[in-house]
Amino acid sequence: MKDFNYHSAKDSKEASKLSSSNSAFLAGGMTTIPSMKLGLASYKDLIDIKNIKKLSGIKVSGKSVTIGATTKHVEVANSKEVKKAIPSLANLAEGIGDPQVRNRGTIGGSVANNDPSADYPSACIALNATIHTSDRKIEASKFFKGMFETALKKGELIEAIEFQIPEKSSYQKHPNPASRYAVVGVYVAKHKKDVNVAVTGAKPCVYNDKDLSKALSNSFSSTSIQNMELDSSDMNSDIHASAEYRASLVVTQAKKAVDAC
Amino acid sequence: MRKVTLEINGKKVEKEVQDSTLLSTFLRDHLNLTGTHIGCDTSQCGACVVHVNGNSLKSCTALAADIDGSKVTTIEGLATNGKMHPMQEAFKKLHGLQCGFCTPGMVMSAVDLLQKNKKPSDTEIRDWLEGNICRCTGYQNIVAAVKEAATKM
Repeated sequence: MKDFNYHSAKDSKEASKLSSSNSAFLAGGMTTIPSMKLGLASYKDLIDIKNIKKLSGIKVSGKSVTIGATTKHVEVANSKEVKKAIPSLANLAEGIGDPQVRNRGTIGGSVANNDPSADYPSACIALNATIHTSDRKIEASKFFKGMFETALKKGELIEAIEFQIPEKSSYQKHPNPASRYAVVGVYVAKHKKDVNVAVTGAKPCVYNDKDLSKALSNSFSSTSIQNMELDSSDMNSDIHASAEYRASLVVTQAKKAVDAC
Repeated sequence: MRKVTLEINGKKVEKEVQDSTLLSTFLRDHLNLTGTHIGCDTSQCGACVVHVNGNSLKSCTALAADIDGSKVTTIEGLATNGKMHPMQEAFKKLHGLQCGFCTPGMVMSAVDLLQKNKKPSDTEIRDWLEGNICRCTGYQNIVAAVKEAATKM
């Protein structure tokens, strides 16, 4: 691994101040450190945000669940408040990676990285999340821009993610048996007015499947999407699953999710 | 370079390290605690699992600098007064290993499991050991060893 300077920031302001065009924020480091070891990324400065107390914790209000950026997956998975307010979100956290990843990896890191197969971005889309950053609030639908790309600007730090509590929801993932990343993961959330069907793993970036959402908004039952065939032309294809298989998996996982709601 | 202060297996350790020093490198090369193994070095195999503040962590995927001030337990820290930890005893008794390379990580992960779940089912044990790869045993005896240890811990 190339050498770098490690800094531990005491608050968001200091973290943003320390950042440069050649730096990265470090939280759990579950992607950052392996990427740097493999030479896929290199930075002059790593700015550790783990010690900023304000960035960690879970708050539940009547309408939303707000999770601090450095809150670990294990904390979300075990949180009684999350289990009560949005059980599917706790389930999602429990299915990320392995226990060591969950002990260390953070929600903010997962969202900022926007891996095409990561779990949390689908929760953000399905649960109409608002990403609170050091500068502004960004709606999830405008946050995820493309493969590993987000609306975050250089030096902008995610502070918390606010999820809208749905009427019903479920996340169903077909995991890669080795990494537990989603080959395809579908997060269905029924809100008062409409239904979101957020899909991860299928395309280069998480997305809300408009056809499935529309069908389920009209009739919230798995039979209403039973025979749907999705366009696979822009879906991922790799040794784990072809684009056609992924297209089929999206419908299968969506049906499972609706039935589990 | 920076100074890190850690409590490792109950002993205070203060050392100068490079900012980029991995915890696994720190344990093995700086402290000669070579029980922590490096298998894949890409966060997958789990041979390097240690406990940091009571929770299991892959030491190849953390910096010595970013766990500054923490309590670390490695495989060397499990035995007390020369007596093996019940998990180590169980792995020995039930032959939960073959070549032994993955064993330190397996044992450290399994101890973390039993700290959190005193009587895990076979499925819970297998799910928990998701991040620990063994290429010899087929896991049967590892699962049996963890179950045996659960009766002794």
